[in-house]
Amino acid sequence: MSHKIVVPIGPYHPLQEEPEYFRLYTEGENVVDIDIVLGYVHRGIEKLSESKHFDQVPYLVERICGICSNSHPFAYVNAVEDLAKIEVPERALYIRTIIAELERLHSHLLWIGLAGHFIGYNTVWMWAWRYREPVLDMFEMITGNRQHYAMMKVGGVRRDILETDVPLLKKTLDELAPAADMFKGAVMDDPVIHARLKGIGVLTKEQVIEWCVVGPTARASGVDIDVRRDDPYGVYDKIDWNVIVQKEGDVFAKAVVRILEMYESISIIRQCVDKMPKGEIDANVKDVPAGEGIGHVEAPRGECFHYVRSDGTNRPVRHKIRAPSYVNVASNKVACVGGTISDAAITLAAVDPCYCCTERTAVIDRQTDKKILNGWDLVRLSQEKTQRLKK
Amino acid sequence: MIRNLFDFLVFPGFLTAIFVGLLTGGIDRVVTARIQWRKGPPLFQNFIDIIKLSAKEIIIPAGARFTFLLSPFFGLLAVSLAAAIIGRALINPLESFLGDVIVILYLLGIPAIALIIGASSSRNPLASVGASREMKLMLAYELPFIISLITVIVKSKGALHLGSIINYQVNNGANLYSFSGALAFICMLLCAHAKLGFVPFDVAEAEQEIMAGAMIEYSGLALALFKLTKAVLLYLLPLFLIGLFWFTNANLFVFIGKFLVIIVLFVLIKNTNPRLRIDQAIKFFWGPVTICALAGLGLAILGY
Repeated sequence: MSHKIVVPIGPYHPLQEEPEYFRLYTEGENVVDIDIVLGYVHRGIEKLSESKHFDQVPYLVERICGICSNSHPFAYVNAVEDLAKIEVPERALYIRTIIAELERLHSHLLWIGLAGHFIGYNTVWMWAWRYREPVLDMFEMITGNRQHYAMMKVGGVRRDILETDVPLLKKTLDELAPAADMFKGAVMDDPVIHARLKGIGVLTKEQVIEWCVVGPTARASGVDIDVRRDDPYGVYDKIDWNVIVQKEGDVFAKAVVRILEMYESISIIRQCVDKMPKGEIDANVKDVPAGEGIGHVEAPRGECFHYVRSDGTNRPVRHKIRAPSYVNVASNKVACVGGTISDAAITLAAVDPCYCCTERTAVIDRQTDKKILNGWDLVRLSQEKTQRLKK
Repeated sequence: MIRNLFDFLVFPGFLTAIFVGLLTGGIDRVVTARIQWRKGPPLFQNFIDIIKLSAKEIIIPAGARFTFLLSPFFGLLAVSLAAAIIGRALINPLESFLGDVIVILYLLGIPAIALIIGASSSRNPLASVGASREMKLMLAYELPFIISLITVIVKSKGALHLGSIINYQVNNGANLYSFSGALAFICMLLCAHAKLGFVPFDVAEAEQEIMAGAMIEYSGLALALFKLTKAVLLYLLPLFLIGLFWFTNANLFVFIGKFLVIIVLFVLIKNTNPRLRIDQAIKFFWGPVTICALAGLGLAILGY
């Protein structure tokens, strides 16, 4: 039977909250081919970046993704510091590492939740996001924002981690470890999850290398790559931690890699908090000389690469960005074909494509049509909450 | 005649079934929300949904056949009739009545068939995937469902009327309190779960895969009718289970307690499992569940 039906996933679909278009060619339930159409949210950030000066670009690249909103600025400042040969104060490096790992924690929890949602397990979704909330509170306490932390700065970080913040940070991490245990148990011991995820969306080691897949998606297929270890930035070379690698390459292995990485992240943050020296947090960079530099970081989704070229003025003349999801999404071409539609839904999500949510809210009284809460009130409420957290 | 019409339309049929079913759906949503650390909707949210849906425009896809709008009515009609028969048997088991369990069995099959026909007439590829899934799922769960039903009939000494089965239980103790009865109850509970289209068996409308699948083209009143059908099923399947397995006396509070226990079982199964793939669902029903049901039948014949 060669009666092919096209099952569209996207551009708008309950599965992918972001506009991406996967055209599944199916015979009955089986997916025989897939087309991937990207570029619905092309914003020209590389070009925009050339019109900003070096200190403005972190804010811009932060907005590439709402979830990796620390990885892009981090890679960018690494690139500029490589270009200008800047010595960053030690304490700033520790703070950067803490923020990067907190980001990995919240991103992986987010993914676990979404993965649960995609296989129809909404309880896991809600629970994962509930345990993600304290991590966001930590961000709010340290940086002032739940997302878009604005911590990275060429030559250092913008805010210090106060001594008074440390106890609550440690307490949150202590509470998060049992939650990670729970998710580990819920995923690794549930027979139905095994049935749904094992042997599904398999990427072999050769396919991973051929399709240039990065990050947890590659590590789940036995490819031992991690920028944090292979080309250390921040203070990853001074900390004791492990790269998590699984052999199987199926969706289950990808979930396991992410859950085990959460433990590593918790351990890295704990060590950083303990080892963090006192001192300056900013090298006070005045100007950037002509030249070119690269910076890459291991974002929660894989290697995030930035290239910056300067001609000695205060703006980059070229800024090239290679984000991890863009390369990972292409691997669905091999991972999805041969499975069923049900498998495709979770396989497409297993590379953890970036989701971004930027909503504005206004609460209006229906009787009087008066605005009770507008954007600024929400900012004020949020600031009050930050104040409460700091107490 | 008027008595029958009243039974069918008001109590214990259509209106009562809708009211209790929607309320039970509301309880389900609130309990689910609490399990998931959410606040959840108001208890009467399902009523609000239905009222709102019935005021909305019905969009008929181009090229849809006339069965597209007809099938939701058939589904609702069949389950309301089943609700009337089951309800009347529960209220007065001694009354000799026209409907036996085989009629109920057929009536309970109609909503799924209505959904399949409706989805197939909408000409939407996603709906056809949903319809084919629903068809496979139906083939999967009907087998153990029927075997469990035969177990009950064997246990009740060949009684085919729901009234006589209830009567037998009142005199000889509930069917549930025996090995064969318990096995058949578990199998039938799982089949009822699949009939209701709850996770892990909500393959036909898997939102994240095929965007509500079979229901994708339905809107307005037609969608409301499907939702009402589901609500009536949520009311009558627990009643049917109690009638077959667990009816010992006519105490209303005990009865409501049993009803809630079955609803809680549904909610728990629903919230602690991911969705199965359709092939896994078929394997599950034709494998372990059918074996369990057959074992129950064998035990029942041996007298356990």
